[in-house]
Amino acid sequence: MSDLRDEFLSEAQEIVESLSRDLLLLDQAHKDGSSSQDLVNEVFRAVHTLKGIAGMFGYARLGEVAHALEDLLDDLRLGRQNLTTELLDVLFEGVEVFQRLLAESPDAEVSEVDIVAFLEQLTSVGASRPPVEDALAAYAIDASVLAVLTEYEEHRLRTNVAKGVGLYRLKVRFSLATIDTQLEDLKARAKSIAEIITYLPSASGGDGDAIDLDVLLASSATPATLEDVLGGEGAVLERLTRGTSPVAPVRATEHHALVPPPPVRTPPRPTSAPPAPRMPSEPPLAKREVTADQLSLRSVAHTVRVDIRKLDHLMNVVGELAIVRTAVMRLTEKLRGRPELRQLAIDLHRINRGFERHLEELQDGILDVRMVPLGQTFDRLARIVRQVAREHDKEVALVVTGAETEIDKLIVEELSDPLMHLIRNAIDHGIEPPKTRELAGKPPGGTLVLNAYQKGNHVVIEIEDDGAGINPQVLIETAIRRGIVSEEAAADMGRDEALQLIFLPGFSTRLRASDLSGRGVGMDVVKTNIGRLGGVIDVQSEVGTGTKLTITLPVTLAIISALLVRVAEREYALPITAVQEAIVFDPKRVRRVEGREVVTLRGETLTICRLDELFRVQSKARGRRYLVVVAVGQKRMGLVVDGLEGQQDIVIKALGKSLSRVRGISGATDLGDQRVALVLDAPGLLDEVLSSPERALHEGRR
Amino acid sequence: MRAFVRASLEAELGADVAEAKSGFEALRLLPREAWGLVVVDVNMPDINGLELVSFLRKSDVHRATPVILISTEASATDRRRGLELGADAFLAKPFGTADLAALARRVLGVEP
Repeated sequence: MSDLRDEFLSEAQEIVESLSRDLLLLDQAHKDGSSSQDLVNEVFRAVHTLKGIAGMFGYARLGEVAHALEDLLDDLRLGRQNLTTELLDVLFEGVEVFQRLLAESPDAEVSEVDIVAFLEQLTSVGASRPPVEDALAAYAIDASVLAVLTEYEEHRLRTNVAKGVGLYRLKVRFSLATIDTQLEDLKARAKSIAEIITYLPSASGGDGDAIDLDVLLASSATPATLEDVLGGEGAVLERLTRGTSPVAPVRATEHHALVPPPPVRTPPRPTSAPPAPRMPSEPPLAKREVTADQLSLRSVAHTVRVDIRKLDHLMNVVGELAIVRTAVMRLTEKLRGRPELRQLAIDLHRINRGFERHLEELQDGILDVRMVPLGQTFDRLARIVRQVAREHDKEVALVVTGAETEIDKLIVEELSDPLMHLIRNAIDHGIEPPKTRELAGKPPGGTLVLNAYQKGNHVVIEIEDDGAGINPQVLIETAIRRGIVSEEAAADMGRDEALQLIFLPGFSTRLRASDLSGRGVGMDVVKTNIGRLGGVIDVQSEVGTGTKLTITLPVTLAIISALLVRVAEREYALPITAVQEAIVFDPKRVRRVEGREVVTLRGETLTICRLDELFRVQSKARGRRYLVVVAVGQKRMGLVVDGLEGQQDIVIKALGKSLSRVRGISGATDLGDQRVALVLDAPGLLDEVLSSPERALHEGRR
Repeated sequence: MRAFVRASLEAELGADVAEAKSGFEALRLLPREAWGLVVVDVNMPDINGLELVSFLRKSDVHRATPVILISTEASATDRRRGLELGADAFLAKPFGTADLAALARRVLGVEP
């Protein structure tokens, strides 16, 4: 049962996510005034499906909400309700309600989610029904035609007429043998120029091999253009004009014999009357559940959902195999030293190479499965953008690029909170109110750019706004006032350094805590969380122009290629992605600048860190030492190590609690041969050394 | 949905069922033989179910063939129109095998 429930939850989550995406598109279409009928249908279907499966898995409250939303959407779909910003608000609220309901157990005695309030809200929106003008009556379309239109088709007809789009009838004869291709051809030709409302087959015309059809079309094109595009062999186009009844006049008599003739002009809908109650004659709600058919359809999908822990386990096995491979390699090396076993060594080496290749494939395969596009996260953010902008009466256009960029599922999970915070910040503090912007000569609506791309083994996510920017001077003043930096230190502070102040704990330039960003989570937490994922965050800002935050993350955390270095007879693993180069260390070239040790490398000053001092281990190494240049994001430094031991793929294991808080160490790894190496946390080290040189060095020497 | 309807009718009534995946395909299938029962969805990609009912009722051959109209949306308008056009019964989705079979028996006038 719990498996089924998990299945339901991920299914429902997917539906809610796609619902959210479609609502955003619908919101956009509403703003642009473009056609949104397909989207409304899509949203309706999503909610309909959700209702069905919620009922099956005992999520009664969720089902109830879905049912109420479905009714509202049905009204929207059929034109009984107009699309308004308020209605969109309620629909977005519905997505939130769904997500909160999915987060709690359906059997919980007490629920945190107030669905009654939401249902009331729905009812009030549903009640404010605008009058729908019945322009169709003027057309006096033959009752026999109206009688065979579905409610939806009739709505499309009305909508087109209301917009002043012309109605046409196209008479065609299709051969039964080739009807499919003829139909596709007609659809293709009509696509850009007309909306096909429906096809009316005629029983009178046609013989055994062919059928006459009346195609009902709406189009804004001129009759001549339509004739050009749609006319042709045997096709007759006719414009329907007001006050006439030209459709299927031949059939009318015959038809009226079967159906009592209603008045030719359909009476306009009772527009002022309250909404019609749901028909009691409809099947009871309890019966509206998912049919076996719908279930079986779902299981045909080409995707499989896998618990990420299973993938972790597989990855660990790959890690173990990698260790086996390394062990075999070492053995082979030993065999080579024995002349009588040389042939054996060569064979073993060859076999091991084959093993290595397959292992790499396996590893790549598992990594690939772990990858998910950032798009899912971005969709959630888009919803936040809309909501926050509305709450603040700001106009914000979100531009997303690179949503297809893939990143490890685990990273994505941890990424939503920091990103959400940054987005809120950007709208709350970055983008100015419309009036302020106009005074500054900017367009009243702000733009928020969310950009993702892969760069080597890293994924870069940029969040850029065209808002007020951050004034470094204000940051410095605040930092001094809070005692975070001394006035002397502040005096030397460059602009970039000053901007980094926003990442310090306890730092906030906010005058008042707004309900949006002021939730006790500061940029320091964002930075820590991103650091935990092996990533870094950088800020660039120009007063009056905007702010850009750049997050650089590793593509995966599961397995990494590492450079093994030796410090005081111990081995450490340094993620290769962070290593730029390794050079011979020349102690004579070290200078001291502002309390830091630096060397000049190709004209650039590079801060160095002696790992033996940092970890308080005594290096007895004599002779040649090395400087490993480490870079993450825009930051670089040099690590002084005793030796370089080679490169190896490693699976990082979490450290025990006692070591997990040590700065500069992110985990441990098994190198085989019962050797264990600590894994250096490059972003953490960079922060430690570059942000507070004095402290790092003092602690290191103590 | 078609597979479900087909399976229901085959299992419950022992019927010999042919499927058409669109209104046009139905038009092509219809002249082939005399059909005992037509089950049609209101919403189809081309010719809608109501039109098909209307077509059947006007045709000399299929004038009396029982028709069950099914629909996802349970729209009252669609139901009314369908019945007015001459459908014998209307069934709103979702429904179970037993619902469909019972209705089919009723319109066909056969005992379970």
